[in-house]
Amino acid sequence: MEVFVVSLLNGLVYGMLLFMLASGLTLIFSMMGVLNFAHASAYMIGAYFAYTLSLYVGFWVALIVAPILCGLLGAAIEMWGLRRVHKNGHIAELLFTFGLALIIEKVVQMTWGLIAVPYRIPSGLDFPLFDLWGTQFPAYRAFMLLISALMFLSIWLGLTRTRIGLVIQAALTHPDMAGALGHNVPRVFTMVFAAGTALAGLAGVIGGNYRVTEPGMAFSMGPIVFVVVVFGGLGSLTGCFIASILMGLIQTFAVVLDYSLADLLEVFGFVVTKATPGSEFLMVTLPRIAALLPFILLVLILVLRPRGLLGTRDT
Amino acid sequence: MRLMKTILSAAAAGLVALAAGAMQPAMAQPTIKIAYTDPLSGPFAQVGDANLKQMQYIIDHINSKGGALGRKFELVPFDNKSQPSDALIALKTATDQNMPFIMQCSGSNIAAALIDGINKHNDRNPDNRIIYLNCGAVATELTNDQCSFWHFRFDLNVAQKAEVMVRALPKTTTKVYLINQDYLFGQSVQRDVGAFIKKLRPDIQIVGDELIPLGKIQDFSPYITKIKASGAQALLTGNWGPDMNLLIKAGIESGIDLNYYTFYAHLAGGPTAIGPGGENRVYAVMSFGENIAPEIGNKEAEDWTNGFRAKHNFDFSAAVFRTIFEHVQAAVNKAGVVDATKIAFAMEGQAMKDFLGYETLMRKDDHQIMTAYYVGVFKKGVKYDAEKTGLGWSTAATIKMDDVQQPTSCKMRRPRI
Repeated sequence: MEVFVVSLLNGLVYGMLLFMLASGLTLIFSMMGVLNFAHASAYMIGAYFAYTLSLYVGFWVALIVAPILCGLLGAAIEMWGLRRVHKNGHIAELLFTFGLALIIEKVVQMTWGLIAVPYRIPSGLDFPLFDLWGTQFPAYRAFMLLISALMFLSIWLGLTRTRIGLVIQAALTHPDMAGALGHNVPRVFTMVFAAGTALAGLAGVIGGNYRVTEPGMAFSMGPIVFVVVVFGGLGSLTGCFIASILMGLIQTFAVVLDYSLADLLEVFGFVVTKATPGSEFLMVTLPRIAALLPFILLVLILVLRPRGLLGTRDT
Repeated sequence: MRLMKTILSAAAAGLVALAAGAMQPAMAQPTIKIAYTDPLSGPFAQVGDANLKQMQYIIDHINSKGGALGRKFELVPFDNKSQPSDALIALKTATDQNMPFIMQCSGSNIAAALIDGINKHNDRNPDNRIIYLNCGAVATELTNDQCSFWHFRFDLNVAQKAEVMVRALPKTTTKVYLINQDYLFGQSVQRDVGAFIKKLRPDIQIVGDELIPLGKIQDFSPYITKIKASGAQALLTGNWGPDMNLLIKAGIESGIDLNYYTFYAHLAGGPTAIGPGGENRVYAVMSFGENIAPEIGNKEAEDWTNGFRAKHNFDFSAAVFRTIFEHVQAAVNKAGVVDATKIAFAMEGQAMKDFLGYETLMRKDDHQIMTAYYVGVFKKGVKYDAEKTGLGWSTAATIKMDDVQQPTSCKMRRPRI
């Protein structure tokens, strides 16, 4: 019970962090049809901006300003970079964002150094919120949950209940028609790209001190975010949300469940011993492959349901 | 800003070099070149980069003390991108230029490839041999079954470190949890720590023993939940890099009553990740700590390490590399000629005091250094803090050379002179 509740909370926190990153990416992905490799880099930049800002103006100002800076950066990248490359097709865009990710990593290394920076949780939130059978639940994690829940709500309301959201949705699915109706589609693209980057930046601001702010953080977070986006389905915010939470929970619970395929077979009366062919493989316990499970799921969903969980169209 | 500084200092260094070149005419002796290969780019670049700067500082010191045979030492860096194949390219370049030494610190798989390559090269080219100075690849096998005459290891191996770690466990600790990375190194830590617990502390129960995929875990909270549920009092881990930092960070944030015994918590990024919450909880088995010199009252060593701190904005955690260069210096002087074979014979069995004043011995049987080792505890109120956290490594235990002597299975094959 104790393990279950604590794991549930941990899974939720991790899932929500994933969602913050993935929501921006899924918007950009569904809009331009391009996997933005530089998305996790925006997450990293958000963390570093927040670190530097928090040295001068404190965490709370950084929480607002750092994502805005990231958003401006995103807008600049879209207007002066991606838009020009767009003419040459998706491959060019893909390579562009890939190169961008490498450049950003190098720039971060040169500016802030190769070693992790001491970006800390603000002292106002650095206390245990409650105690679960001796395991403290830090207030900061609750704060993360709150921020991401607010974010989910505002994006969802913004996209489905406002006029801007209507235009964005129209531009996403029928860009030519929206353009013909007098909407400035390129500007909508810039806006969405900037908003997506800002969201990644926000994830960086609150994820950077929850984890460690170092130049490898984009590289380590990148792949899992793509899994979430593809798994959830293109352009589906709800799918992205479900996928994020699912990935968070799967990875968390896989760690605490010490079972292997051999244990599963034993239920059916088939005992695996060292002599059984393939016993090494069968005896690998779940925790050892916990971090790989999302990728296994990715392969499965691509085979069984290529459009993703709640996707509306194929890639 | 930093880039600007780098460019300026590079330009300045260039000018100085020019001036020096102008002052010293053709008389100058050629330098003794030491090839250094480690990751200088990619995810582990910080390790190689930090090593390089520390070695440079040490070499400058050694050269100011006269170098060897009236010649100065020169470090020539090669990026190996953490790949054995690139390390072998570096080896080829080094031997092509007749360098007598190659040095490598990170990755036992790379070390194994280098040893193999060097064995072959030295057999085929008796006139152009090269010595491998191992500054941190610690797989136990390299000085046991796979030992080589040309390989000299200047850090304790996994089995020795494991023994130090197990000996450091207090009597009150009876339940421990092991987490290690799922590859060659992590598995040998798992095996050796387990073996020494059985041998030295049969009262200790291993309540959890886990391997994690290398560098893949984003959130260690689930592991902490599991450790908590197991009732462990101490977590023993050989993890390094993000796998170590995130693990300890998650543990400390959850506030569970647990002590951490690590091999690498004192290295780059560790203190930052641990933070003030880890006070008196995190222990590191380490080759050096900046508070050792003031603790034992060695003013000279303290001033020398301070010189590094004044120049660089990171910790001088690898100051003990000085032992490597002092052994090399002494061996070259003893050999009387820059010849890898003669230097290697001079170096094996060589004993000397390190700069802190502790005995060291390059054991003849397996070319494994025997040296003092330390267990540091992370706490407030130390003279030199780590990574500007306000906390630093205070020496909890000093293990002398004679206490890390372990038998070796090495059958050394020596060349004929």
